[in-house]
Amino acid sequence: MTAVVTPTTVDLVDKDRDRAQDRDRAPGDVAAPALTEARTFAPRSRRPLIPRGVRRLGGPLGVLLVWHVLCATGVLGERTMAPPGDVFAAARDLTASGELQEHLLTSLGRVVQGLALGITAGVLLATVSGLSRLGDDLLDSTLQMLRSVPTIGMLPLIMIWFGIGEQPKVLLIAIGTTFPIYLNTLAAIRGIDDRLVEAGRVFGLGRLGLARRVILPGAVPGFLVGLRFALVGAWLILIFAEQINARSGLGYLLTLGRSTYRIDIILLALSIYGLLGFVADAIVRLLERTLLAWRRGFTGS
Amino acid sequence: MTASTTTASTASTAVEVQGLRREFDGRVVLDGLDLTIAPGEFVALLGRSGSGKSTLLRALGGLDGDYSGSAQVPARRSVVFQEPRLLPWVRTLPNVTVGLSAAAARRGPAMLEEVGLSGHARAWPVTLSGGEAQRVALARALVREPELLLLDEPFGALDALTRIRMHLLLQELCARYRPAVLLVTHDVDEAILLADRVLVLTDGRIHCDEPVAVPAPRLRSAPAFAALRSRLLAELGVTEPG
Repeated sequence: MTAVVTPTTVDLVDKDRDRAQDRDRAPGDVAAPALTEARTFAPRSRRPLIPRGVRRLGGPLGVLLVWHVLCATGVLGERTMAPPGDVFAAARDLTASGELQEHLLTSLGRVVQGLALGITAGVLLATVSGLSRLGDDLLDSTLQMLRSVPTIGMLPLIMIWFGIGEQPKVLLIAIGTTFPIYLNTLAAIRGIDDRLVEAGRVFGLGRLGLARRVILPGAVPGFLVGLRFALVGAWLILIFAEQINARSGLGYLLTLGRSTYRIDIILLALSIYGLLGFVADAIVRLLERTLLAWRRGFTGS
Repeated sequence: MTASTTTASTASTAVEVQGLRREFDGRVVLDGLDLTIAPGEFVALLGRSGSGKSTLLRALGGLDGDYSGSAQVPARRSVVFQEPRLLPWVRTLPNVTVGLSAAAARRGPAMLEEVGLSGHARAWPVTLSGGEAQRVALARALVREPELLLLDEPFGALDALTRIRMHLLLQELCARYRPAVLLVTHDVDEAILLADRVLVLTDGRIHCDEPVAVPAPRLRSAPAFAALRSRLLAELGVTEPG
């Protein structure tokens, strides 16, 4: 039935792919691949039965359900896995006592400070390297070399220098985030069309004007790619930094869970990491939508 | 001899070039070229590919160094390139006024209206068509009120219909602002249609310097148009059948 409708729909959209599919298709199954294609390109006005936002929740909810069933039926033993209910209970208890908020805020504070330092350093270094040949000669090879040193490997040295307080944790995150920001921003600066720079010069932009109007705005897409990497890296480094001599933070919560054999607390800490990563990604996507509006011709109306 | 590009023009000449020479890796591109353009004069420069047309234009625009000879050009110069070269991350109006002082930038909206794009002031360049983008580039050049307007095959990438519209617009704007114009093109018809004088660049020098004596409106069917066209084509090494 559907086979009658779909080929024409697909024909309009992507003839080549359709033809390729025709070749690969076994004589018996005509509808299946074409049907998915047709759905993808279906007109937007046709509202799905369930809103997309709700459908998207379906995945995580399904995972929770399977997890719960596996625990309840005893497939996953008590010493292996805590059921989702226990994790929620742990979240409730720790929130009621105020501990969870404290740990979360401490970790967030460390990441925000470290990121702020790392982003500033990365952008500054990339600007110097990108805009002046001297800066490039002095900085780039040095930074390329330092970049291959694993950030976590610097932990012992940083502990000797800065002790075991807040400083080393923030610093480690700063170091780890500087490089992705630097590399991607610099690559974007290098990729800026020479002809735009020439035009800028013809129309009266000086060195500062070129940097402000042409080179740095042109490097924003690369910077945002770097920011994505930096955000992932920041949380990763945080876990390491907080498992050593920390008295608070999500990493400490993980360590606590391990030493007291509270799998629910470990799982809680891990889920919070996951949620934070999700939120961070959403923030970057929002930044992209506003900062890169010029790419898609978005006029803000 | 070193290059001396002075930015002073006298009342009688806008551009005065003497003995301009440029080599690329031993290949002589401009070989002691002389050129004079009067204020408000529209000069078209023809030449085969690689003849050095753009090199000459870039020299007058101060885009490249490394010349010998002397060139006197006005301080206020503007360029329209073959590509619009708009900043993609800047909306249309600020693209027109880029690099201008706040006072001069106030002329921007009026200029945008003159090229018929006042409705697009807040549009992103990516949303403009090729012809619209090139009109913005023209507005960006003219808003500076240049004494010398350098056009480097500005209509080369446009479709035929858009090109005709751009020709009319350019004629209108040049009549109003009266800059000296150097139009680099490979289109003989375009040169005859627009210019007061047509030059042909061959072997690094100007070998042919023809005033365009075709009465307005310059129709391709006019005998004077056809005759000049054949002469220029012959100069460029093209013989027409018939």
